[in-house]
Amino acid sequence: MNKRIIYELKGMYRDSFRVTGYEYGTGEKSVCIVGSSRGNEVQQVYCCSLLVKKFKQLENEGRIKEGHKILVIPSINPYSMNIQKRFWPVDNTDINRMFPGYDMGETTQRIADGVFKEISGYKYGIQFTSFYMPGDFMPHVRIMDEGFSEASVAGQFGLPYVIIRKVRPYDTATLNYNWQVWDTQAFSLYTTTTTRIDQNGSGQAVLSVMNFLAAQGIIKYNVPQLLKAKVVNDTDMVSVRTSESGIFEPLIKAGGKVTTGQPLANILNPYEAEVIETLYSPVDANVFFIHNEPLTYANTAVIKLVQ
Amino acid sequence: MVKTITSVGLPIDEILEIKKNRIMPDSPSGDMKRISIVTGIHGDELEGQYVCFGLQQRIMQEKENLSGIVDVYPAMNPLGIDSVTRGIPAFDLDMNRLFPGNKDGNMTEYLAAGIIEDVSGSDCVIDIHASNIYLTEIPQIRINELHEDRLVPLAMEANVDFIWVHGASTVLESTFAYSLNSTGTPVLVVEMGVGMRITKDYGNQLIDGIFNLMQKMGIWKGNTKEVKKPVISRNPDDVIYLNASTGGLFIPAARHGAKLKKGSLIGRITDPLRGEVLDEVKAPADGMLFTIREYPVVDEGSLMGRILKKEACGYE
Repeated sequence: MNKRIIYELKGMYRDSFRVTGYEYGTGEKSVCIVGSSRGNEVQQVYCCSLLVKKFKQLENEGRIKEGHKILVIPSINPYSMNIQKRFWPVDNTDINRMFPGYDMGETTQRIADGVFKEISGYKYGIQFTSFYMPGDFMPHVRIMDEGFSEASVAGQFGLPYVIIRKVRPYDTATLNYNWQVWDTQAFSLYTTTTTRIDQNGSGQAVLSVMNFLAAQGIIKYNVPQLLKAKVVNDTDMVSVRTSESGIFEPLIKAGGKVTTGQPLANILNPYEAEVIETLYSPVDANVFFIHNEPLTYANTAVIKLVQ
Repeated sequence: MVKTITSVGLPIDEILEIKKNRIMPDSPSGDMKRISIVTGIHGDELEGQYVCFGLQQRIMQEKENLSGIVDVYPAMNPLGIDSVTRGIPAFDLDMNRLFPGNKDGNMTEYLAAGIIEDVSGSDCVIDIHASNIYLTEIPQIRINELHEDRLVPLAMEANVDFIWVHGASTVLESTFAYSLNSTGTPVLVVEMGVGMRITKDYGNQLIDGIFNLMQKMGIWKGNTKEVKKPVISRNPDDVIYLNASTGGLFIPAARHGAKLKKGSLIGRITDPLRGEVLDEVKAPADGMLFTIREYPVVDEGSLMGRILKKEACGYE
């Protein structure tokens, strides 16, 4: 294992901003794994820390195959994590909206550029990322509908779902999108949580990366019999929306099955505890996403279902 | 007449309403033109608040000269303005990356769609921004090159110092201005002043420009002031960006808007802990300092200023 500083920026009063990477093996740049890019992505940095530990073990046991290099960067934004702010401390910009970066540009453009120079050229790129809305997810792999990441390859993670995301204009500055522009097959891994550590979810995420690397012949690891991932276009998900704001009372959990007409959640009047709205399932489906904050706004897709 | 254009209930005993004030002539005709003044998409940019106030004051003083419709939308992001927040509070989203919105989308997309629906069809829209809390800008209009032919003639009437025609960018396709411009409603994006402050001189300058534009459009029959002839830049090489070579405290030495000689001092990046100068920021070429940093703390890469090269400015 080679631990080294990928990118560094001097602070005025704070310690230097450092992006630290862990390299394993030598040879072809096979896979790069990036953890948190936002300050609240605690589960994402934790998943990477488990991978750092696991790869160290695999390397010691001679189970990283010859000719393959693996790079893990647990966080590209420790400054924001340390002050519990989602975006960049000074100007609130999102590093994951700055790729491929610009070395003469503004701070987060420079960070993106410095990091991207180190992480481009890999055959596969895996990013642990998070959704901007608070909620619990079914673990899944996301790929963009433009580019050459294949759903069949994404299925090798062994997670229950592969989501194909329709590219929106603001996606074009993300790491996932730009990895693909520069010939890296990119996969975004969404685990169960963001701001809290979920041991089971992180364990599943680590195993999914092991499954993938084994399938690609990068590590020696006995992959269990995997279920075939369900491939879903994000535009085909069934969103269940609130029409009222209030206290959100979920009646189901992510991963559960629901039937048509089943009550999914109540919205309560925050002063009088009366149910002002009940959300029902419009279809027989699996619960893919559910809002997990105590309050909700009107017009919000608090539940997403996959048929 | 004040009207709520879109609204949504918040969780605890509050309704979020986005409002406009429509000012009509006392004797309206059937085929009047409409100008819309929009601001407050970013909650920390307040220069447009003064323009909304000042414009309406002057219209009401000479209401007999009004011959069209003036719609004033001072607060597209009311939660942001009232909580000193640039984006939409609770969502930490930049509202100007949500357009054209979606009536069936989440709360923020729903509001954005309501805004677009109401503003669409205006004969001209002025979308007033104030840079951000870090930078001060001279009054300028920024135009996507895709919409240059239609917008530059309008911008010439708006009494700004500078028209910056910039390249197309996919990321910018989700802005308010792009969404409307691409569907036929002309929007001029004004940047002037600085976030969280009001620069009255700039506000009055733009108000004069809006009256001139209104007169040219047939919305205003009263007298207007002669407007400035703006510098127009279409070439990306006209603009020099001054990014910090290191983190520190930036202390400006040049005046905003100054015409600088190559090598003249713009400011210093200093280290207050040791009392040292870390870098002297000098003009790399002759030109006008049209952007200057207002917020003193810089990281490496932070923008400290922009210079429009002398040959683009056209001054002697």
